[in-house]
Amino acid sequence: MITIHNLTKTYSGNTVLKIDDLEIPSGSSFGLVGNNGAGKTTLFSCLLDLIKASTGHIENNGVQVDQSEEWKTYTSAFIDETFLIGYLTAEEYFYFIGELRGQNKADVDALLGQFQDFFHGEILGQKKYLRDLSKGNQKKVGIVAALIGKPKVVILDEPFANLDPTTQIRLKKIIKEMVEDPNVTVLVSSHDLVHVTEVCKRIVVLEKGEVVKDLMTSEATMQELEAHFNK
Amino acid sequence: MVKHFFRLQWKSFWRSASLSSSLWMKILMGLAALYFIVVMLGGGFGAYFYIKKELAQDPLTVANQFLVYWIFADLLFRYALQKMPVIDIKPLLILPFKKGKIVSFAFFKTVFSFFNIIHAFFFIPLSVLLIADGGKPVTNTLLWLLSIVALLYTNNFLNILLNKKDNLVIIIGSILAVTGGLQYFGYFDITLYTAPVFDFLFTTSWAVLIPVVILLILIKLAYTSFYNDLYLDAGLSSKSKSIKTENLDWLNRFGKTAVFLKNDIKLIKRNKRARTTVLVSCMFLFYGLLFFTGAVEVYDGPVWRIFAAIFVTGGFLLSFGQFVPSWDSAYYPLMMSQNIRYKEYLSSKWWLMVIATVVSTILASGYLYFGWDVYVAILVAAVYNIGVNSHVVLWAGAYVKTPIDLTSNKKAFGDKQAFNVKTLLLSLPKMALPMILYAIGHYAYSPYAGYALVGIAGVIGFAFKDRVFDLIEKIYKTEKYKTLAAYKQKK
Repeated sequence: MITIHNLTKTYSGNTVLKIDDLEIPSGSSFGLVGNNGAGKTTLFSCLLDLIKASTGHIENNGVQVDQSEEWKTYTSAFIDETFLIGYLTAEEYFYFIGELRGQNKADVDALLGQFQDFFHGEILGQKKYLRDLSKGNQKKVGIVAALIGKPKVVILDEPFANLDPTTQIRLKKIIKEMVEDPNVTVLVSSHDLVHVTEVCKRIVVLEKGEVVKDLMTSEATMQELEAHFNK
Repeated sequence: MVKHFFRLQWKSFWRSASLSSSLWMKILMGLAALYFIVVMLGGGFGAYFYIKKELAQDPLTVANQFLVYWIFADLLFRYALQKMPVIDIKPLLILPFKKGKIVSFAFFKTVFSFFNIIHAFFFIPLSVLLIADGGKPVTNTLLWLLSIVALLYTNNFLNILLNKKDNLVIIIGSILAVTGGLQYFGYFDITLYTAPVFDFLFTTSWAVLIPVVILLILIKLAYTSFYNDLYLDAGLSSKSKSIKTENLDWLNRFGKTAVFLKNDIKLIKRNKRARTTVLVSCMFLFYGLLFFTGAVEVYDGPVWRIFAAIFVTGGFLLSFGQFVPSWDSAYYPLMMSQNIRYKEYLSSKWWLMVIATVVSTILASGYLYFGWDVYVAILVAAVYNIGVNSHVVLWAGAYVKTPIDLTSNKKAFGDKQAFNVKTLLLSLPKMALPMILYAIGHYAYSPYAGYALVGIAGVIGFAFKDRVFDLIEKIYKTEKYKTLAAYKQKK
C-alpha cells in the first residue's frame, strides 16, 4: 500500500510534479502514462527516495520513505541502466542483488529458472559484462533482478521499451502473475497504451506533473486514453 | 571541411557539462602545466651547467647517454596520461566527410598535445646552450634536435597505435625499472649500447633520415589502422572480450562485508580506470627512491622520510580511497534503493585499502637496502596510513561528487572537483600531521621517539574506526540527494 500526500517537486520555480492525494492499495497493478516530461520518472524517483520532494511525503506500507529506510527491504525497482553494474556478468549481478536481499545462490537460481523463457537464452552464460549487452537484454536483466527476494512493491519504469515483441508478451504475463499475490503491488510506467491497459488494473494519466485521469481498467479504457492523448 | 571540425571541437569544449563547474580545476591544470614548463626549462639550462661544471663532462655525451631513458619514460607517461585523439566520431560517419579527413584531423590534434610540446622546453634551451656555450656545430645540433623531435613524435603515434594493449605499459615499465636498477647498481649499463646511436645521430648528418622515416612509417601505420577502424563494429565499438563469471566465494569469510568486497575486487580487475590506481600505487612504491637515495637535496631532511613513507605505503589508499563512493557512481541509484548497510559498504573499501597498504609495506622491504632506519619509517607510516589516513580519505571521499567513468582512464591523475576546498583541507592531516608528529619527537628527543609518536597516532586512529564510520555514514545520508544529482551528470 502506497500513499502520497501533497507531493510536489519544484526545480527553480518550475513545478514538475504535484500530486495532492493518491493511494495505491496492495495487490494491484498500477499503470502510469503520460507524455514526455509528465513527471513519471520523477514520481518513481521520489518513491525510491532518490529525489527529495519539495513538499509532502510518500508512505510505502506505512513507512515514510524519506524518514526511514525500512521500505528498502520489501521494495525493488528498475528505472534505467544506472540500476545495473556494468562490469558484472548477468549471473554475478543477480547473485549480488540476491545477497543484498538475503537470498542465497540456490534461491536466486530457482528464481532464474522460472525466467528461462523470458531470457530466451540471451542472458545467462553469455561470457559478457552487462555493459556489453544490448539495450533490450540489459532491460531483461534489470527487470528480473527487480523480482529477486519476493519484493512487496515492484517499480518498473518503461519496462516494455526496447524489448522485442516476444519478450513484451512474456513480460505482460509475468506482471499479471505477480499481482495475483494480494500482498504485491506493481507500478509500471509506459508509453504503450495497449500494454499498459492490458496489464494494469488501474491507470493514472499524468500531465505536467498532475493527475488528470484515474481510471479502473475496463473495456472503454483504451478508447478513453486514446481520446485523451489525441487532443 | 576542417572548419567544421574546429567548430564542433570548440563547442564541445565550451559546452561540456564539466566546464562551468571546474574553472578552478582548469586554473590548477594551467598552473600545473606552467610548473612543468618551468621545470623543463630549468632542467634544460640546469642539466647543461650541472653536467659541465659539477660532473666536468661533455653535456652532449651525457645527454645522449640518458636519452634512451627519456624516450621510454615519455612513452610510459603518454600511455598513462595522454588522451586518445577521439573526436565524437560516430555522428560524423554518415555525414559527407571523407574518412581520411576525420582521421587526419584527429591526428592533427595530437600533434599539439602538451605531451609533445613540453619536450621543446627542455631540448631547445639545451640545444641553444650546446651551440652557444659548448661550441657545437650548428647544423649537427639542429639535425640532432630534429631527430629527437622525430623520435618523440614517433612515441606519439606509437602510443596511438598501441593504446589498447594493456600489457605493453607493464612491459615497458618493467624494462625501464630493471635496466635503470641494473645501471644504478653498476651491473649492466644499457646506455653503453644506446649512447653511440644518439652520438651517431649527432655526428652523421644524413642519420636524421632514420628517425624521420620511422616516424613517417608509424604515421602511415596509425593512419591505416584508424582508417580501417572507422566502423561501428571495429574501432568504434567498445571491445568486449569473452569473459568468465567469477566466483570469489573464498571471500565469504569476511562475513557481510564480503558481498561488497567481491564486487570491489571485480571493479578493480575489470575497469581500466580502476586498474590505473593499482598502477599508480606501484609507481608510488618507487617514489621513496627520490628521498632515501638522497637524489633530491631538498628532500634530505629527516621529516621528509615520513612524507615519503606515507606515499610508499599509501599509494593505493590515497588514489583509490579519495574516490569512495565515486567508484560506484555509475550505479549509485541502485545502491541507494537497495537495502545496504553503509558500514558494510565502507568496511569493504576499508579492507581493500588495508590489504593494499600491507602488501605495499611488504613490497617496500626492498628499502631495507637503505638501512633499518628507513624501513622503520615505512612501517610506522603504514600503521599511520591504516589507522588514520584510511579514515581520512574515506571521510574526504564522502564530499567528492565526481562521477567516475569506469571504462576510461583519461583523467586518472587529477579528476575535477576532487580538488574542492573541503577535500583540500582534509588532505592536510594526511601529510602534515605525521610529519609534524615526527618532527616533534625527532627534535625533542630522538628519531625513534618521532617514529613512536607517528605509530601511536596510527594505533589511536584505529580505535576510532567505528566513530569515523558513523560520521561518514551521516555524511552519506545528508549528501545523498546532492550526490545522486551530481553523479547523473556524465562527463
